[in-house]
Amino acid sequence: MPKLINKSEVIENIWQTLDKDFSGELPEGSILAPLNYLLENPLILDSNPNIGIWLDSDQSSEALEPYLDKLSLIAINFPKFVDGRGYSYARILRDRLDYQGELRAIGDVLHDQLFYLKRCGFDSFAVREDKNIEIASQGLEDFSDSYQIATDQPEPLFRRR
Amino acid sequence: MYKYDGYDKQIVQERVQQFRGQTDRYFDGTLAADEFLPLRLQNGLYVQRLAPMLRVAIPYGMLSAVQLRKLAEVSRKYDKGYVHFTTRQNVQFNWPELRDVPDILEELLSVEMHAIQTSGNCIRNTTTDQFAGVAANEILDPRPYCEIIRQWSTLHPEFAFLPRKFKISVNSSPDSDRTASLVNDIALELIKNEAGEVGFKVLVGGGLGRTPIIASEIRSFLPEKDLLTYLDSILRVYNMHGRRDNKYKARIKILVKALTPEKFAELVEAEWLHNKDQASRLTQKELDRVKAFFVDPAYAELENEPANFVDKKTEHKGFANWIARNVNEHKKPGYAIVTLTLKKTGTPTGDASDKQVETIADMADKYSFGEVRVTHDHNVVLANVQQDQLFELWNEAKASGFATPNLGMLTDIICCPGGDYCGLANAKSIPVAEALQIKFDDLDFIYDLGKLDLNISGCMNACGHHHVGNIGILGVDKRGAEFYQVSLGGDSGRQASIGKILGPSFARADMPSVVEKILNVYLENRSDEELFIDTYNRIGMVPFKERVYAKAN
Repeated sequence: MPKLINKSEVIENIWQTLDKDFSGELPEGSILAPLNYLLENPLILDSNPNIGIWLDSDQSSEALEPYLDKLSLIAINFPKFVDGRGYSYARILRDRLDYQGELRAIGDVLHDQLFYLKRCGFDSFAVREDKNIEIASQGLEDFSDSYQIATDQPEPLFRRR
Repeated sequence: MYKYDGYDKQIVQERVQQFRGQTDRYFDGTLAADEFLPLRLQNGLYVQRLAPMLRVAIPYGMLSAVQLRKLAEVSRKYDKGYVHFTTRQNVQFNWPELRDVPDILEELLSVEMHAIQTSGNCIRNTTTDQFAGVAANEILDPRPYCEIIRQWSTLHPEFAFLPRKFKISVNSSPDSDRTASLVNDIALELIKNEAGEVGFKVLVGGGLGRTPIIASEIRSFLPEKDLLTYLDSILRVYNMHGRRDNKYKARIKILVKALTPEKFAELVEAEWLHNKDQASRLTQKELDRVKAFFVDPAYAELENEPANFVDKKTEHKGFANWIARNVNEHKKPGYAIVTLTLKKTGTPTGDASDKQVETIADMADKYSFGEVRVTHDHNVVLANVQQDQLFELWNEAKASGFATPNLGMLTDIICCPGGDYCGLANAKSIPVAEALQIKFDDLDFIYDLGKLDLNISGCMNACGHHHVGNIGILGVDKRGAEFYQVSLGGDSGRQASIGKILGPSFARADMPSVVEKILNVYLENRSDEELFIDTYNRIGMVPFKERVYAKAN
């Protein structure tokens, strides 16, 4: 069973991620469905509590605004870890749209990005399966303070020093 | 100069630890080479043609004598005993061992230096005027704002993986631009509005490389306290909308051009409406705190142009030449701004040996309150020298090879490391610079030419800023051979412009004679006092083209 980091704890990842072009009936269990599926089937969130929605790196999180009060899991895909769009999508979800549910990084999620991801509001991390997730989770604690504001720290260092 | 407090030290210390861990994981095989690459780049570490190259940040070009001595020591201990000053007001070590880099970073931290974000697709070192704080005519000292930007951009979690590198420059001089600011991704011009309030004119989308573009204005006045929220907004628009499918189209200049500056400005303003009241809005307390690091040194009350200084100029023509070329007016009477040139013929442009770096540190201690500034054209500035000590300094600088009085002249060449060192280059650039410096070594001839920027890049990445040289030289690859394309009419100053290509490229051996023909056309056509760039703008490309490409009889 693959694993993920939830907050700072390593747990089993029971979620099944459907392809970006998935259509038809949802399978049983805990499902991460692509944004497009939600846009075509806007009522699925009403009937099924075990659904999260994932965004790809070319899909801004603003598209989820109408659904936020029904969502308890949003995932943002990093097709390559150097594609940094997901950091901005996360901050818009958290800081502007006030999304309170779980926000998960999926895809090419690695040790050295975890600190930045956490700062931008991600609280779960599906680290790439070929990596040692326990060791990777140390990356969440690379720095004990930061200069600038982000989702995790609304006050910049200059207002605190 | 800015001094680290406990927070600054801790952040850089943790960064060194982080990089040490990354390096260890790279060597034990748990971090793949392609995963390590963007991480090491964000710490200034390239792997070049011959060895790794480590680029160390010199925030907005300011260095203390203590830091200079540490750089010299590091170059001796871990490298081949020399450093290279870059066009980004940074410094590079060309031969360190990958294994040693965490230790080097630890040594740098001991003098409050780092290599954070000196490369990679993130926000780079902010540059500014090397005469900041001492120029007679500046609006306000730009360095506190640069330091505020440095802190905001350091390890910014949202903008560590941008589409491409991102460069910010701050200019505060109303009638000159010593920073080439209009070819930056963001150019901030420090201004005062009609009510006397301090703020910035904001321009975006300048850049060199394959598609050279001059930055466009998107806001005529941004109040100073809104600096960071506005930068966040620009960066967010770029991070979400900049192209990621083609690295040659990924700079913000391409996005601004594709959208038009007007549309880009609308997106930024819409984003800013959400961000402008965040706690990132600067406070007067923070502005005052940072400004307190950049107050005037303990100047003496001195007479301007003292007799012993004036007499020496009359007695020594060489001294007078050097004063005329390499010394600038200071805001404080009795003081002067001295530029030490690292452009001695036969030495790669911008290179300095460990001994030379220590000599510069000694000069800084003796003559200039223990501080220097590094310029974007690879020179070093002593910003606070008493006029009555200039003659003594000149003698010392001459003996050390720092007093070639060619600042801003033909042979004060901006030049990238080129094919001798860089894996990207199509052609060597240093030998071209050298050949030109040898060909044109008659100082009287060079003075007669007047101010003339000649810039050389070894490839279209344009690290040598060839597009904005009055004469630009670009190394190109022609069926595996090294050739050089010449452009004319570039300008990096207030009237920034991109040079136009003269015509087909030339072999390296022909370059001195090609440049000579171009200079001759200028000398024959100029009116009194007309600079090369003005003559070019008046008579156009055709006379130059006809002369250079004329069939030999």
